[in-house]
Amino acid sequence: MSAVPLVRVAGLVRVFGAQRVLDGVDLDVAAGEAVAVLGPNGAGKTTLLKIVATLMRPTRGSAAVGGHDCVRAAESARALLGVIAHGTHVYDDLTARENLAFWLRLNGLRADRDTLDAALADVDLDRQADARVRTFSAGMRRRLSLARLGLTQPRVLLLDEPYAGLDQRARKWLEARLEALKADGAALLMATHSFGRELGAADRLAILVAGRVVLDTPRAGLDAQDVQRLYAAHTEDAS
Amino acid sequence: MAWKDLLVERRSKETLNALLFFSLALLFVFQFTLGPDRERLASVLPGLLWLGFILSGVLGLGRAFLVEHENDCWEALLLAPGDKSAIYLGKLLGSLALMLVVEALVLALFVVFFNVDLGPSVPSLALVIALGTVGIAAVGTLFAAMTAQVRARELLFPVLLLPVLVPVLLGTVKATEALLLREALSSVGHWLTLLIAADLVYLAVGVLTFDVILEG
Repeated sequence: MSAVPLVRVAGLVRVFGAQRVLDGVDLDVAAGEAVAVLGPNGAGKTTLLKIVATLMRPTRGSAAVGGHDCVRAAESARALLGVIAHGTHVYDDLTARENLAFWLRLNGLRADRDTLDAALADVDLDRQADARVRTFSAGMRRRLSLARLGLTQPRVLLLDEPYAGLDQRARKWLEARLEALKADGAALLMATHSFGRELGAADRLAILVAGRVVLDTPRAGLDAQDVQRLYAAHTEDAS
Repeated sequence: MAWKDLLVERRSKETLNALLFFSLALLFVFQFTLGPDRERLASVLPGLLWLGFILSGVLGLGRAFLVEHENDCWEALLLAPGDKSAIYLGKLLGSLALMLVVEALVLALFVVFFNVDLGPSVPSLALVIALGTVGIAAVGTLFAAMTAQVRARELLFPVLLLPVLVPVLLGTVKATEALLLREALSSVGHWLTLLIAADLVYLAVGVLTFDVILEG
């Protein structure tokens, strides 16, 4: 693990009107490390990810990816980023394969038909490669969104509830893919509500409550029940 | 981007159908209002033709970025590394292709509805229509992106767009009027110069500012 963090968040504040959604968040994620951000609805998890993803500007404080400031050097930061967001970023009137091909072209990459089909097979969508996304269920759309992970090697991966709507097979594939990315030195920052095996890849847990990190601890040695206890203690304290 | 937009449009046909029905309705209204008076027709036809083009263009361009709202695809555009002007040019090409198809059909319907003999002025008229459409699409794509995230975009988009399009409308209507009266293309050279200049300015502004507009 590298000592230089790939993601560095310092004193991050984000205000929407009168509401302070993030209130001085400090968080680092090193290369080869995965940090899971836990917190109740409205804690600021998605806002934190959006700022690191360069999709939103902070009111105060800074976020940097690979040393590139997410506001002043957003383009350099984006070149290192992979994002699995709430929205699946797929077009309903394109087929699964066309969606992947378009997304690659948008990111300045190309892949042949076999590579695209292999990525679709990874998420069990090879038989629907030529079907329009309009006909897909929510879980299938989610899997198509995840298929992008098989085509790129982001240095920093941001995931917002990545396991939501996935079946067991897709969950296993995602766990394996996240472990592989970590082993290759990627930094993972993941927002989640779940305490179970979804935290499998996480090396550290950060509990976010009312826009503040109230606990930042290594996950080693903590089972699901320990995490649940910690979560309950901190979220109840805060409320 | 243009390939994606045209593919989505070919499959959904949402914008094309809407534009064609709208243009057809407009032609019916014009036909009933103006009647068969040839002199009256000759004086208002260029204006009516461009009114049809501009209204269908505003309708189509206003929808150019709506497809990016489904499943938050807008975010994927923002996250794409590199020069965002490529996205602008792709969107512009997609809109331009759609507008030219609709305009070709509207022009054909105009000829049928109003019994207009375009004769040898077809190539010159095509040039004026192409130049005018590039201008409308160039600035329209930019303003469509600007208003895409705004709640009152349906109202704001034409309010912003139409005043900026005055030079294009002036040039196209005047040049079309002259061409329909069988004047030579050289006689409308000054209007063509105005159209080319407007197109270049709109394209340059679009390419240079799209990045800032997309980032909001």
